[in-house]
Amino acid sequence: MTGPVISVRDLTVRFGASVAVDSATFSVGKGESFGLVGESGSGKTTVLRVLAGLIRDWTGAASVAGHDLKRQRPRSLARMAQLVFQDPYASLHPLHTVDRVLGEVAAIHRLDNPNERIEAVLLAVGLGPEFRFRFPHQLSGGQRQRVAVARALILEPTILLLDEPTSALDVSVQAEILNLLRRLRAERGLTLLLVTHNLAVVANLCERLAVMRRGRIVETMDAERLRRAEPEQAYTRQLILASRGYDRANAAEIAFETEVG
Amino acid sequence: MSGAASTLRDYLTTPTPRSRRHAALQRAWLAWRRLRNNPTAMAGLGIIVLIVLVAAFAPWIATHSPFEQNLNNRLAPPSAAHWLGTDEFGRDVYSRLVYGSRVALRIIGLVTVITGPIGLLIGAIAGYAGGWVDAALMRITDIFLAFPRLILALALTSALGPNIDNAILAIGITGWPPLARLARAETLTIRASDFIAAARVIGASATRIVVGHVMPLCMPSLIVRLTLDMAGVILIAAGLGFLGLGAQPPQPEWGAMIAAGRKFVFDQWWIAAIPGIAICVLSLGFNLFGDGLRDALDPKTHS
Amino acid sequence: MTDALLTIEDLHVRFDLPTRQVHAVRGVSFSMGREKLGIVGESGSGKSLTGRAIIGQVAKPGVVTATRLEFDGIDLRTLDKAARRKLTGRRIGMIMQDPKFSLNPVMTVGKQIAEAYRVHSNASAAEAKKRTLDMLAAVRIREPERVWGLYPHEVSGGMGQRIMIAMMLIPEPDLLIADEPTSALDVTVQTQVLAIIDDLVSQRGMGLIFISHDLNLVASFCDRVLVMYGGRIVETCRASELDRAQHPYTRGLLAALPRIDAPPGDLPVLRRDPAWMGEP
Repeated sequence: MTGPVISVRDLTVRFGASVAVDSATFSVGKGESFGLVGESGSGKTTVLRVLAGLIRDWTGAASVAGHDLKRQRPRSLARMAQLVFQDPYASLHPLHTVDRVLGEVAAIHRLDNPNERIEAVLLAVGLGPEFRFRFPHQLSGGQRQRVAVARALILEPTILLLDEPTSALDVSVQAEILNLLRRLRAERGLTLLLVTHNLAVVANLCERLAVMRRGRIVETMDAERLRRAEPEQAYTRQLILASRGYDRANAAEIAFETEVG
Repeated sequence: MSGAASTLRDYLTTPTPRSRRHAALQRAWLAWRRLRNNPTAMAGLGIIVLIVLVAAFAPWIATHSPFEQNLNNRLAPPSAAHWLGTDEFGRDVYSRLVYGSRVALRIIGLVTVITGPIGLLIGAIAGYAGGWVDAALMRITDIFLAFPRLILALALTSALGPNIDNAILAIGITGWPPLARLARAETLTIRASDFIAAARVIGASATRIVVGHVMPLCMPSLIVRLTLDMAGVILIAAGLGFLGLGAQPPQPEWGAMIAAGRKFVFDQWWIAAIPGIAICVLSLGFNLFGDGLRDALDPKTHS
Repeated sequence: MTDALLTIEDLHVRFDLPTRQVHAVRGVSFSMGREKLGIVGESGSGKSLTGRAIIGQVAKPGVVTATRLEFDGIDLRTLDKAARRKLTGRRIGMIMQDPKFSLNPVMTVGKQIAEAYRVHSNASAAEAKKRTLDMLAAVRIREPERVWGLYPHEVSGGMGQRIMIAMMLIPEPDLLIADEPTSALDVTVQTQVLAIIDDLVSQRGMGLIFISHDLNLVASFCDRVLVMYGGRIVETCRASELDRAQHPYTRGLLAALPRIDAPPGDLPVLRRDPAWMGEP
C-alpha cells in the first residue's frame, strides 16, 4: 500500500445544533505516529471515535487502511483499527476476567488457537500468565491499561487509535505505557494516532501532530518544530507555554489570548 | 484441619487465580464474606434456610397427614397431640403449616423464574436499543403498571380458572413490569460506559453486548429487587388463596388457611393467626436477606 | 520558621477494613508558615489524606492520630467536632479537584457563596451579597451579577473552580488547602486559575498547601515542596531546587516525565525500592 493509512478529508460531526468537528483534514502515513492535540471540547476525541466506528453520523470522507470508512462493517473495521480508551478503570468490564476480555475478541473474530494468542499477547504487553484470570479490580491502573492494549492488539490491527492513553495514570506508570507503545509500534509496524492534551507525550511518541481547537484543526506540524517550540499559530504557542508549568508572567498573555479568541 | 482450612482460604483469596472457575469461586467467596459480616442478612438467610429445610423434610417433621380429617376433633386448641390445634375438619394445623411451606416455596420459585427473565430481557433490550423499540416496550410496561397488581392477577386467574398454577402464572405475568423498569434504568447507565464502547470497537454484536455485558451488571439489583418482592408475592398468593382463586382445598396453602380460619377468628384465633405468622416470618426473611444481598453484590463496593 | 501557621508531628491515618488494616499516612511531620507549600506524590502516596486530616475530613473507618496538630497555636486534636468545624470553616479553606462534587446542584452559586459567608460572620443578606459579588470579581469572573444567578451545571469547569475558590476565600481564611485544584481543567484555564490563587494568596498573606501529582506544576508554582511516597515524606526541598533532588524516588519521577523539548526515546522507568517505605 502506498497511500496514507488514515485519511480524513472535510470531516464534520454535528451533535444536534453544535458542531463538534468542523471540516477536519489530515492524513497519517503507514507506520507513522501522529498526535492530535487539543483541550477539552476541541473535537479531538470525536475524530478518534469516528475512525473507530463508534460515531456513524458524520459527513466528509475518511478512509482507514485504504478502505472507505462509510462502507466498513464494524467487524471488518475492528481488524484494521483498534481503540485504547483513556480510563482503564472504565474501559474494562468489572465482571470480566482478563481471560474473558481477550477470549471474547478471539471468539467474535473466530481466531484460531485462542489460548496461545491470549498468552502471547499478554506477554507482549508485559503481563505474565498469572494475570490471565484476574478481575480488573485485582489489577493496578498500569496493568489495566496493559490489558486494554492487549485487547486492542490481539486482532493484530495495523492501526492503533489511542485516546489519552496515559492521562489517568501516574507519571511513573505513564512512562511504562509510553515505552510499551513505542516498542509495540516498532515490533509490529503499527500506525499510531494519539489523542492527548499533553504536548510532552506527543513530543515523546509522535513524528507529526495536528492542533485542534473548537472543532477545527488550527495547525499541522512536525514534532521537531514542537520540540524547538516554533509553532506558527499563537494558540499553539500558548499551549506550549502553559504546559511548561506555571509562570505568573504567562498567565496574563494566555488569559488575554483566550478571551480574544 | 486448620491446615486444610488455611489452604482453602489461600485458594479463595490468592490474587492470582489459575483458571476461570477459580476466579468465579473467588468472586462468590468475596460476596459471601461481605454477606457474612451483615448480621441482619444472615438472620434473613437463616429464616429462608430453615423454611427450605422444613419443606424438604416435611414428611418427617409433620406429626400428622395434612389431609387427614377427624371430625370428632374439630377446632381443638393446641395440645400435646396437636401442637398448634386442629382446624374445622379436625386436620392438624401444625402439619398443614409444615406442608404449606412447600406450596409457598413453589410459588416463590416459579414466580421468580417467570418474572426475572422477562423483566431482565425487556428492560435490557429497551434500554440498549433505545428509539422506537424502547418506546414500544416501555408503553407495554406502563399498561401493566397502570393496574393494581392484585386486580390484574384476580382478572387473570378468574379467566384462566382458579388453581394454584394459574395463580402463579398470573402473579408472574403481573410481576415483571417493575423489574423491566429497573433493568432499563440500569442499562441506560451501563450503555454509556467506556467498556460498552470498547465492546463495540472489537466488533461485538448487539446481542452479545446485551447478554454478555449489560445483563450481568443488571443482575445484582434485579436479584435484590426479586428477593424484596418475594414478600409481596407471598402476600398476593395468600390474597388469591384467601379469595378462593389460588390454591384449592384441601391443599395446605397458607393464604387459604387464613381464609378458612377467618370464620373462627374470634373463638379459635390460632387457626388464622398461625399461617399469618408464617407468612410474616418468610416475608421478613426475604426482606432482610435481600437488603444484605444488595450490599454484598454491589460491584461498586469491591475491596 | 518562628511563626509557624501549621505544625504537624507524626501524623498517621489508618483504615480498619474488615479484611485488612491500611496504614495510609505513616508519620508525616512538617511545619509551615504563610507560604506556598506543595505536596507531590503519586496515587496512594497519602497526599490527599494528609490534607483531609488537617481539616478533619477523613471519612468514617479512618482514624487520625498525631503527636502534634497545631494551627496558629490552637491544638486541633483537643477541639470537639463542632468547634473544629467552626474553626476550619472560618480559617481553613479547602478546594477539591472537581467543583461539581463540592457545589450544591440545586442552589445558585451566588446564594451558596453568600451562605458560606454568613455562616461564619454576622453579615446581613445584603452585605453578604455585596461581598460575594466583590469576591466573584476578585476571581476574575467578568459578570458577577449574571453568574450569581447561575446553577452549578450551567458553568464551565474553569468557572466552577473559580467559584469554589471564591467560596473558600470569602471568609478570609489563613490557610487554603488545594487538592489537585486544576487537574480537571485545560492547561490554558489552569494557568489562569493558578494565577488567581497566586495573587490572592500573596495579597492576603495566606498559607497555601497545594496538593498535586504534577511535579512540573508544583515546582513552578510553590515555594517549597514535600515529596510523599507510601504515606511518608521522602524529601523536602525548595521548589526551585527540585531538579537537584536527592532522593532516588524524586529523581526517578523527574526522569520518567516526558519533556516537550526532549527527543523521542524510551523514558527511564522508576524502579521502586522497598526500602523507601521504611525510611523516615
